[in-house]
Amino acid sequence: MIAELGHFGLAIAIAFAIAQAILPLWGAHRGDARLMQSAPALAQGQAFALTVSFLCLIWVSVSDDFSVLNVAENSHTLKPLLYKITGAWGSHEGSILFWCLILAWCGAAVSLFGDNLPASLRARVIGVLALSACGFELFALLESDPFTRLWPPPENGQDMNPLLQDPGLAFHPPMLYAGYVGFAIPFAFAVAALLEGRMDAAWGRWVRPWTLGAWCCLTCGIALGSWWSYYVLGWGGFWFWDPVENASLLPWLTGTALLHCAIVVEKREALKIWTVLLAIGAFAFSLSGTFLVRSGILNSVHSFANDPARGVFILGLLALVIGGSLLLFMIRAPLLGASGVFAPVSREGALVLNNILLCSITAVVLTGTIYPLFADLLLHSKISVGPPFYAATVYPLAIPVFLAMAVGPLLSWKRTALLPALVKLWWVALVAVLVGIVCAFGMSALPALFMAAAAWMILGALADIIERIRLFRVPLATSVSRLIGLKLSTFGTTLGHAGLGITVAGIAGMSLATQEIVLVHPGQTVELAGYQWTLREMHDARGSNYNARVATISVMRDGHLITTLSPERRAFTTQQMTTTEAKIHTNLLRDLYAVLGEERDGAAVLRLHDNTMAPLIWLGALVMALGGLCSLLDRRLRVAVPKRAVAAMGVERA
Amino acid sequence: MKRKHQRMLLIGGCVLGLSAATILVFQAFRSTGELFIIPSKIASSAPKGNRTFRLGGMVEAGSLQHLQAGTKPSVRFRVSDGIASEDVTYVGILPDLFREGQGVVALGKLQADGSFAAQEVLAKHDENYMPPDMADELKKTGWHPEKGAPPSAALWNAAKAGGDVAGKTGG
Repeated sequence: MIAELGHFGLAIAIAFAIAQAILPLWGAHRGDARLMQSAPALAQGQAFALTVSFLCLIWVSVSDDFSVLNVAENSHTLKPLLYKITGAWGSHEGSILFWCLILAWCGAAVSLFGDNLPASLRARVIGVLALSACGFELFALLESDPFTRLWPPPENGQDMNPLLQDPGLAFHPPMLYAGYVGFAIPFAFAVAALLEGRMDAAWGRWVRPWTLGAWCCLTCGIALGSWWSYYVLGWGGFWFWDPVENASLLPWLTGTALLHCAIVVEKREALKIWTVLLAIGAFAFSLSGTFLVRSGILNSVHSFANDPARGVFILGLLALVIGGSLLLFMIRAPLLGASGVFAPVSREGALVLNNILLCSITAVVLTGTIYPLFADLLLHSKISVGPPFYAATVYPLAIPVFLAMAVGPLLSWKRTALLPALVKLWWVALVAVLVGIVCAFGMSALPALFMAAAAWMILGALADIIERIRLFRVPLATSVSRLIGLKLSTFGTTLGHAGLGITVAGIAGMSLATQEIVLVHPGQTVELAGYQWTLREMHDARGSNYNARVATISVMRDGHLITTLSPERRAFTTQQMTTTEAKIHTNLLRDLYAVLGEERDGAAVLRLHDNTMAPLIWLGALVMALGGLCSLLDRRLRVAVPKRAVAAMGVERA
Repeated sequence: MKRKHQRMLLIGGCVLGLSAATILVFQAFRSTGELFIIPSKIASSAPKGNRTFRLGGMVEAGSLQHLQAGTKPSVRFRVSDGIASEDVTYVGILPDLFREGQGVVALGKLQADGSFAAQEVLAKHDENYMPPDMADELKKTGWHPEKGAPPSAALWNAAKAGGDVAGKTGG
């Protein structure tokens, strides 16, 4: 009964979405205010229907209703409650429904917070959102219905992949999806601007907070995913350049470019056409990221739920959305008008450089991800690209980005001289070079360079603040009052840039990581990275739906006990699968990491890692997201200011 | 600064960025692309020099040996495609999904003695799973899914099953 209610909710949502796609767009085209005003209510109706539908899915999952195919395939009575709830978005069908749900919420959010938008723009944005929602909701209903019944119902479910039963992964998909789908809003704004045939500074002001929000979620989502593969998969690495990971990196790179580009539109009314293209690109990559991976076209160790049979529908949908918007772009982009002029050395120039480099990196990652596919289809050669490929292509392009990042915020708009900005950074450059030289003694060349770049970015970001408050050049009290008076978005920039610096430092530091695989008997001690690791004992333990083998390892240094780690090896009875549960001791600058492997003749295989600076990688991502949040909060305060101008504009045209 | 100049500068910048990316990509493909090779093709198509490649095939039943030197565990197993087989050595923990008689992909290099030293071993858990690349390679040698199920995974042992596979491909 509940499942049918959910199914019905999905169908109703599609009806809403179709109306929401047609009426406001038609109204905006005809200039019919009544039709345009239908948009908010329809968007909220669609969001409500889908929310009900998704709650039903959670309900059938929590209540162990195995007559629902999706639950029977992915759940089990013994599965902990948390994973019964998160399982609702863990399976293929559930994740598609969840995707649609967030898209519907985006439409509702625009309808709720978009009061100050011109009526026709709002109607068009909501209409475009609904247009894409239609396709994906139809896909959910026709091709991957999460509410399909199963008769006769099995006594128990097949359980979820144990690797997915982890708190880190429980919250990784919602974050990631919020990021992916969040880019639908800038996309809808871009398409709406193309339909309107006009785009002004106000457009940039509306698009930026939505882009920022999506970007923050995506940053957190990627970081959570990377952290999950670090400690759940037990591989001890943080990024594997796997197609699924790349698929999330591509929208992040284009989204970052979009974020910076929207500033130029807002402040200088320049680069309009380029920004529209980026907004389309970011959403196109988000779509392909979610769906190419799930269609089974790209093979990956991360794809747990793929089904090639559904590939055709997805490919058609992707072609329609991306191709359609690009076609519209080709026809209508020239209408958006000429942009403001600026000198190559200026804030705009720096942001253009940022965009060119980020897009080059995107192109390189995209090539690496899809080349094997094309090589197979066209050249019939089986070639795959691994981390060395990305190291050889992404790193050289990343270095100029790092260099420009510290300089850009110090340049002024329109035209400026480069030298004064560089002079302001002299002490940053000095420290960075020193850091590089010191690191060169302990590391190889590239990581040392990255360390120097990290110091350059972190201090360069601080230098921007120091410059603004004129520290040491005016009395301290004046500096402090200036600091308090700084706009939140300035701190956003600083945190965002410094956060990337911290992440880069972590990545560079990981080159010092050491690991050892050993076969030891209880009582035996091995030496790694100056620590003495002793296997104390091993015992059995029981979890709710698994049996575990637990090893106790004490880690000593200079006779002092640092920590006791108890890595596990879990055997899940229902899925007949074993997983390794790594245990990590961290002090934020170094991770001591232990994995228990198989056992032979009373001895255990252990993999021990000393991961220098690894925690900085995720800490940096968190700081980046925090920076985004700062800018976002600032925007909300300032969006009120142009409200009057908008109202005036609306009157003017009415 | 005229608008026309600005546009040319922008386009120039984009071209420069993209060409840098293209050059990097081609160089990287030449030096780091990893070929997928099945045991019977090693002699003919293994990359020259000290290049890494992916060796794919089925783990021969009964070929897995655990070795130990001090506290260093290592394994040795044979990977077969039904026609030829290859010795693989690996220092480390085998993935949880590694089984004899099942598909495996190993990333590594050829050694001087002709054996394959794996740096990484990838496996999927499924009795009938065969690395897709290997299924394609096998089709080239004559086996085809339409001619019946793939040769039984449990029998992947070149000495015993080689003839069997040949027989099936012939029929």
